[in-house]
Amino acid sequence: MTASQYGPRAAHLAQLNVATLRYPLDDPRMTSFVELLDPVNAAADGTPGFVWRLVEEGAADATELRPAGEDVIVNMSVWETREALWDFAYRSGHLEVMRRRREWFDRHVEAHLVLWWVPAGHLPTVDEALERLADLRAHGPSPRAFTFVSSFTAAEAEGAGSALLS
Amino acid sequence: MKDIDAIAVLQDPVRRRLYEYVAAQGREVGRNEAAEAAGVARTLAAHHLDKLAEAGLLESGSRRLTGRSGPGAGRPAKVYTRARTERSVSLPARDYLTAAGLLAEAAEEAGLDAGLRAAASRRGEALRGSTAPCVGLDEAMEVLAARGYEPYRADAGSAHDAEGPEGEAGAVVSVVRMRNCPFHALAEDFPPLVCGMNLALLEGLFGADGPVRARMDARPGECCVVVEVSKNNSD
Repeated sequence: MTASQYGPRAAHLAQLNVATLRYPLDDPRMTSFVELLDPVNAAADGTPGFVWRLVEEGAADATELRPAGEDVIVNMSVWETREALWDFAYRSGHLEVMRRRREWFDRHVEAHLVLWWVPAGHLPTVDEALERLADLRAHGPSPRAFTFVSSFTAAEAEGAGSALLS
Repeated sequence: MKDIDAIAVLQDPVRRRLYEYVAAQGREVGRNEAAEAAGVARTLAAHHLDKLAEAGLLESGSRRLTGRSGPGAGRPAKVYTRARTERSVSLPARDYLTAAGLLAEAAEEAGLDAGLRAAASRRGEALRGSTAPCVGLDEAMEVLAARGYEPYRADAGSAHDAEGPEGEAGAVVSVVRMRNCPFHALAEDFPPLVCGMNLALLEGLFGADGPVRARMDARPGECCVVVEVSKNNSD
């Protein structure tokens, strides 16, 4: 991260995931997913490069917040680098959750994950996150809103004048 | 350097031994160590190691291998690791990676995880053929090595595993981990789909109720699967 010495402000990577539940969370068919929430969230909190994750006030996670629909759970977090988030998402116990996703969630026709850069220290709001997801769905990947496969660097986001803090 | 030229550099048997030794260690290797492993003099090993680095097959750096620093620690030694760049040659030209990427993209979009896993599991069983499932980890290592996984033994030592391997008192329980993912490029782009396929393939290969079993235990920079002695068969 030497780029920060040459101009661009230190940036963190924000992430939003939406997932449509096949059954309500208290349905026995969702038990195996619900049981993984606490250990996997605890693993995220302890992962190098983890900055923040969305948690409902008074709860341990954000599964009861339903800003994108009654049966859609959201997962939102901020990480120091793309690599830190990628390694957690796909190279930790979280991969097992991803592998079993079809048991618990409907397939999304549209993008269900969006990534975007935020200035270090900024914690994105849910509205901001949903805007980024809508941007990705409407315009495809851009420095404003992208995915792992089509990712952009913080410098590219800055260069594209995407106003990190819009 | 073109892939075909880089691969041709390995035709020299000493170079090939050096390359295979460095690749198998999964860490930085110094000139002395590599020379000893290949059974050649240090200067000859150094020459060939540098040829391999020039060809882009190895990466070189310098480290103080003694762990000392400051005056009197000596000159940093040159060390080598296997380069991450993939090299392949197909004659006549073939491009299965593009085809695989397109199929994976379509499978991801259509949500075909379960169907892909079923196919991979059947393929694993077919690859095993009429052979009985591996009876132990040594045999599993051979099977995995033949498929390019670069397996190695590691201590199970997982404090989080509530069920914990019930080894005999003082016995070190070991598992097989793998340095190489044969599906690397695809697994980077479609991790849940392709890692799930990989696990199912290995489950088929080792049998559902065999003496050893494959389990997902992803870590950075390695294959997502670990192979261990089945819990009900751990004597």
